[in-house]
Amino acid sequence: MALQSLDIVRRSATTIAPPQARGAPAGEVAKLIDVSKCIGCKACQVACMEWNDLRDEIGSCLGTYTNPADLSDQSWTLMRFTEHETPQGDLEWLIRKDGCMHCADPGCLKACPSPGAIVQYANGIVDFHEENCIGCGYCITGCPFNVPRISKKDHKAYKCTLCSDRVSVGLEPACVKACPTGAIVFGSKTDMQRHAAGRVEDLKSRGFDQAGLYDPSGVGGTHVMYVLHHADQPELYADLPKDPQISALVKVWKGVSKPLALLGIAAAALAGFLHYIGMGPSLTTEEDEEAARRELEKPS
Amino acid sequence: MSRTRQVADQVDPKTGQIVRYAPATRINHWIVAISFVLLALSGLALFYPPLFWLANLFGGGDVMRAVHPWIGLVMAVAFFAFAAKVGRDNRLQRADREWLRRIGDVVRDQEENLPEVGRNNAGQKLVYLVALVSMLVLLVSGLVIWRAYFSDYFPVDATRVAALAHAAFAFVLILTIVVHVYAGIWVKGSLRAMTRGTVSPGWAWKHHRAWFRDVTKHSTGK
Repeated sequence: MALQSLDIVRRSATTIAPPQARGAPAGEVAKLIDVSKCIGCKACQVACMEWNDLRDEIGSCLGTYTNPADLSDQSWTLMRFTEHETPQGDLEWLIRKDGCMHCADPGCLKACPSPGAIVQYANGIVDFHEENCIGCGYCITGCPFNVPRISKKDHKAYKCTLCSDRVSVGLEPACVKACPTGAIVFGSKTDMQRHAAGRVEDLKSRGFDQAGLYDPSGVGGTHVMYVLHHADQPELYADLPKDPQISALVKVWKGVSKPLALLGIAAAALAGFLHYIGMGPSLTTEEDEEAARRELEKPS
Repeated sequence: MSRTRQVADQVDPKTGQIVRYAPATRINHWIVAISFVLLALSGLALFYPPLFWLANLFGGGDVMRAVHPWIGLVMAVAFFAFAAKVGRDNRLQRADREWLRRIGDVVRDQEENLPEVGRNNAGQKLVYLVALVSMLVLLVSGLVIWRAYFSDYFPVDATRVAALAHAAFAFVLILTIVVHVYAGIWVKGSLRAMTRGTVSPGWAWKHHRAWFRDVTKHSTGK
């Protein structure tokens, strides 16, 4: 969340080019979460709390290991536990680390009306700059993954930063650092894709025919990717969307409708102005008053 | 100096002017009008990024975001009270179709070619109708996208539909009000009906002859 960043490729509600003298010569970054290696220890959740100094309220148990119950302004990442029974009758415990996917084409940024409240860095990280956030919640409306949360305390939107502060000084995100099984790894996006290909091959050789990489093209790919044993059914993993996209409604709302509506309003005002200049005002003349007086005096 | 209370649709015996809107109606109208202007300015700031600077008029984006829905509630209450009062003057009738067919004569100020108009002409009735529908949609969709209190109770797709509908009907309403305001500027003598409450007999005779006759029939002979 470094405001002096000079490597911004996209800035919310801004048409002029943002400061981008610095690029990302090393390429885009990505976090790869290998769901098949995750043991559900929640070290990533704790590391996220510690690094970002977040303390969510102590909730209550809802009958699953998912805790807290949902993402919040104080919980930027969350292990979601699903008990899945396979057609063969085996029980699988699917554990997905939920949080911001850092889309290449971010719906939150598209929907945001406040200049500079959401930015995308050249390395692919999508970051919220809360001091510019006005709390409207349009980012929630725009997000295909249901990730941003508005704080009840300060009415600002919060989500995972992919530890942009750590990444900018060459460190890996806190959750990656803490993961004891190597289920979360971090590096350049191409390296992570290559690493994932090896993992997928391994899974396939061990009977998971449908194993694959989750890097959905509907949002231009993401900078948080998953290795899934059932890549053909991402919904199994606590409703991970199969083909996430920025909703067509949001695209219309934040796309063509903006210039068209403004043009329409300006055209109406201009038409009125030209009409007045051309026609002159519609006046009530002395003859009209005279005609009215005649009718008034006429004995009925 | 004592002042008699203005009663709508009567000739003011002191001045000979015709009372078109009673004081309560005028005040009601201006509550709607001022709220509308504030809502349009803040709404455009939220809708169209190059106009985000309008947020400064409200003390910044977060203040604007917080007050916009409350002003919306004020406008909704005032508007529906107003609409209930003037609704019966705005029912479309057969003669209105003829008036609309001759819209060319309307904009050319050739009212002698138009059918006689009652209290409101077809254009005014359409403004009423469009405003009524738009206000209803804006109120409902506005509640759905009111993040601080209500949005969390709706599925995300509902907030998407509501956000788009809110923008679309705000656009329709703004266009309609541009026409409404321009009509008030163009037709001289109209604005006074909403500031002082009265119009001149000649104005009523020229623009709303059937209403003029209706009003004067009851008022003459006093």
